[in-house]
Amino acid sequence: MRSRPDNGAAPRPPFEAAFGRVILEPDRPEPDFVVGPRGKAASRRFDVYRNNVTHSLVTALEEIFPAVALILGERNFRMIARDFVRASPPRSRLVFEYGEGFAAHLAGFDPIRHLAYLPDVARLERAWLDAYHAADEAPLSPGAVGALSPEALASAHFTPHPAMRLIRSDYAVHTIFVAHRTGPMPERIDAGIAESVLVTRPALQVELRHVQPGEAVFLLALRDGATLQEAAECAVLGNPSFDLAGAIGLLLSSGAFSACQPATHSED
Amino acid sequence: MAGEDAIQSGAQSGAQSGPQSADLNRFPAFDPAGRAGASFKPQHFEAIAADPAAIGFLEVHAENYMGAGGPPHAALSAIRNLLPVSLHGVCMSIGGLEPLDRTHLARFAGLVRRYEPFLVSEHLAWSTHDDVFFNDLLPLPYTGETLARVCAHIDQVQEAISRPMLLENPSTYVLFAQSTWAETDFLREIVRRTGCGLLLDINNVFVSATNHGFSAMEYLADFPLDHVGEIHLAGHDEQEDDEGAPLLIDSHDRPVADPVWALYERVLRQCGPITTLVEWDADVPEWPVLQSEAAAAERILHDCRGAATRSTASHALQA
Repeated sequence: MRSRPDNGAAPRPPFEAAFGRVILEPDRPEPDFVVGPRGKAASRRFDVYRNNVTHSLVTALEEIFPAVALILGERNFRMIARDFVRASPPRSRLVFEYGEGFAAHLAGFDPIRHLAYLPDVARLERAWLDAYHAADEAPLSPGAVGALSPEALASAHFTPHPAMRLIRSDYAVHTIFVAHRTGPMPERIDAGIAESVLVTRPALQVELRHVQPGEAVFLLALRDGATLQEAAECAVLGNPSFDLAGAIGLLLSSGAFSACQPATHSED
Repeated sequence: MAGEDAIQSGAQSGAQSGPQSADLNRFPAFDPAGRAGASFKPQHFEAIAADPAAIGFLEVHAENYMGAGGPPHAALSAIRNLLPVSLHGVCMSIGGLEPLDRTHLARFAGLVRRYEPFLVSEHLAWSTHDDVFFNDLLPLPYTGETLARVCAHIDQVQEAISRPMLLENPSTYVLFAQSTWAETDFLREIVRRTGCGLLLDINNVFVSATNHGFSAMEYLADFPLDHVGEIHLAGHDEQEDDEGAPLLIDSHDRPVADPVWALYERVLRQCGPITTLVEWDADVPEWPVLQSEAAAAERILHDCRGAATRSTASHALQA
């Protein structure tokens, strides 16, 4: 045990700093000012805090990423999650916001590199929880869009709904997500089929939709401020079979947007 | 700890809620006096709604309702229409030397305005340092320096929520060489300086007493009981310390232990009825199991109605 500095020494750092430096590192001793009663040791006592911190955060990750946990198995998941907690402890007090960097952590972990789809599954699970806690807002009503003239609709901008997320992947993330979280497990999943997933929460239920590549481009362009006509042009560029009527139907039925602003006057 | 039940609550309720104006008394007036409550878990929503009279009130961890919207707020709004709710903060980090996080404090005050809880409480503990959130109730030394910081933090919270809060005594596993105050004196001085009330967690008293080898009865005799606005009861786990002696863990994952019930009855016989909550946060059972724990507390509350009524000021929001 280090000796305590005497009065002439530099002031001690705050007790929280001494805790914080070692609480996520099981191999470092507890702070020297932490003691048991009547001269008892405090090593196992301090370990209770280490266990509480690590266990609670690993458990939180398991609840945020249940499909990833199921794919990896509980033991592997908890080991990988523990490393993540130690490397990237939460910066928010809201546990349900934790794990933004978990997909990148999975992507950088060599022993699971063969599970190339896993980081995107994690991104989709994180997006699902973001949508779950997003602000309540009524989705755009079909009537508001139906009332527009074709010209006004073409030049309209759309406001994304607070819950709207779009995950594009080279892997079958929608199929994998559904199989591991809500649906029946198919006999075989071809993970190598690219899938884009639209995440929305028009009311209280989070909804996932597997969307076509052109629809994904269209929705992302609208989200980023393009007019409907510009978004349609982007979508059709790489996807000649893009179906605009279907995409507008998707825009309305999914609740991905909460408002549209037609141009107030014709553009020059 | 916070978070377990709000990460993905399965609760469904009809009420669509959005941010609302801060009109007071939007909710029905309830009187939870003499009743016992339980931790609210979203999976119990249907069972509670089917028979709300079976429980006196529900307590929620504030952080679980700090998302912008979605099912957690819908469930809490619906619950709040059925029953009184107490708001229990877990992550304010009142016991740390760092300034309080203003964003977190504003969110906390927003929940108080929105849901009109009849009690608001936080912990004598810290959980965030240097921007890292440890998701646990970590202990602090009891010194003149920490006393001043804790009091300043409580002043700040009470100003933000425009009402007194209750401060909960901790369960601890270690002591600090630099402590110069006894915990009960430390709490009494906080009450004197800030005007806050206390949340007496009797399981925490029993856990700390066992872990540090003092008498729970003597601790309670020293405790400023006149300022207790709420009692917490919960279950604990048992491990071993470095010397092989029992080390109790405040686990909230099982029924309340018999010695904790006995201490509870002693306190009520002395003080008369005090609003009581049974906490259960991990390995949460079906609602009837949790409800029956609260009913057991309520029988003791009922038996102690004749005991001396305290001179204490009420910390409950009057409807």
